[in-house]
Amino acid sequence: MINSGDTAFMLVSAALVMFMTPGLALFYGGMVRSKNVLSTIVQSFICLGVVSVIWVFYGYSLAFGPDVKSFIGNLDWAFLRDVGPSPGPYAVSIPHLVFCAFQLMFAIITPALITGAFAERMKFSAFLLFSILWTTLVYLPICHWVWGGGWIGKIGALDFAGGTVIHINSGVAALVCALMIGKRRGWRRDIFMPNNLSMTVLGASILWFGWFGFNAGSALSAGETAAVAFVTTQVSAGAGAVSWIIAEWLLHGNPTTLGAASGAVAGLVAITPAAGFVGPVPAVFIGLVAGALCYVAIMLKNRFGYDDALDVVAVHGVGGFWGSVATGLFASTAINSAGADGLFYGNPKLVVVQIAGALGAMAYCALMTFVIMKIIKALVGIRISEEGEVQGLDLSQHSEVGYSL
Amino acid sequence: MKKIEAIIKPFKLDDVKAALNEIGIQGMTIQEVKGYGRQKGHKEIYRGAEYSVDFIPKVKIEIVAPSEMVPGVIHAIRQAANTGKVGDGKIFIMPVEEAIRVRTGERGKSAL
Repeated sequence: MINSGDTAFMLVSAALVMFMTPGLALFYGGMVRSKNVLSTIVQSFICLGVVSVIWVFYGYSLAFGPDVKSFIGNLDWAFLRDVGPSPGPYAVSIPHLVFCAFQLMFAIITPALITGAFAERMKFSAFLLFSILWTTLVYLPICHWVWGGGWIGKIGALDFAGGTVIHINSGVAALVCALMIGKRRGWRRDIFMPNNLSMTVLGASILWFGWFGFNAGSALSAGETAAVAFVTTQVSAGAGAVSWIIAEWLLHGNPTTLGAASGAVAGLVAITPAAGFVGPVPAVFIGLVAGALCYVAIMLKNRFGYDDALDVVAVHGVGGFWGSVATGLFASTAINSAGADGLFYGNPKLVVVQIAGALGAMAYCALMTFVIMKIIKALVGIRISEEGEVQGLDLSQHSEVGYSL
Repeated sequence: MKKIEAIIKPFKLDDVKAALNEIGIQGMTIQEVKGYGRQKGHKEIYRGAEYSVDFIPKVKIEIVAPSEMVPGVIHAIRQAANTGKVGDGKIFIMPVEEAIRVRTGERGKSAL
């Protein structure tokens, strides 16, 4: 039966998650050089368009429709047939359409997250193809595996709000994309100076704000679990910001604004799979580890020498994986009876299951992302011309400039 | 007539302008420029990637003055722009063949 409180909460949560994608656009947009600010922003923004259409046509049905062999949903709900104002199978107190809209917002932000890896050098046509193919061939199956009745959910892995589906998934795709598209021109020679870090901090703050919808909303009702997720989200983000700036202060001599913003995002990423399953104190610990760990992962990137321009791998891949493992450590049925007990509550098996689920998703995502990039390369080419790259993507791809001061 | 080009630290511009006003210099042109000499640039760090920024902001002042005023101009600029540290700037002096006021067509010193 529909509960108006739950429905109101979920409508607002869906809107909060929607707002994260423009927030991400600003977060990324501030970090690139000024000649690429618009091209970076629009790659995130246009996902709001592309994925919404896919979702109605077949996306929701493949992700959440009746299960086919634990791998994918069938097409019973294509064009949202039978998805209406009465409750669906996933949430009993809200209209099925509200659940569908809430899940759409997650599908939108995931390809947008990957854009940080190939920022400043990918053709817009190639990106559009990528967003369609990747959403269809990678996001929808993995989403189904975890939440739609697929194998990761069936083996008992916990993913409260998308640590595997959104963050590990986008992080792995980012690594494959960064390796396949190659380094930006002038890498390690030119100065890749962020054009507007205040915009990046604004974007990070919008992400943080929206994340309350992302995590608390994933409770699917306005009750005890939503309260837990709300608090764990806040404290993990704060802990991540603190530990990142401490790490860079110790290792590089200065705490930075970009570090504080990045650390908050790292804390948010790491708490995502655990949000409704752990208590506030473990959440602080998860955030503290995430901030320092993701910072160290960026140091390693500089050593390995792949050009993941805006550090999607380090923040979302590494942070997401840590969060998934941490869920296996700290989850407690005293916090959420629908969850499971983790290692520290007497159940070492959960960690194994968490890692198995994550590795399975990683392997599939890496392979499919590789195939998709190969297909796009053959069809339209991935990378912008050298001249266009020097000129900047704003002008060469979109015939406009971000700033004319 | 001489043209005096002085490259100074940006925060000294107001002091230099006041000093030049005092000795009777009635106009100048300035530009915000970037460059480097003996003064080293600075370091910027973004997510652990260190960049050394060599070109640092300076202000370039251009003045055209009668030759006899040049020693006074040099003195005024040196007094006002001096901090005693590397990077205070340089002064360059070059001859000017003619000056013409656009509005009236006056030439030479009276055009300045």
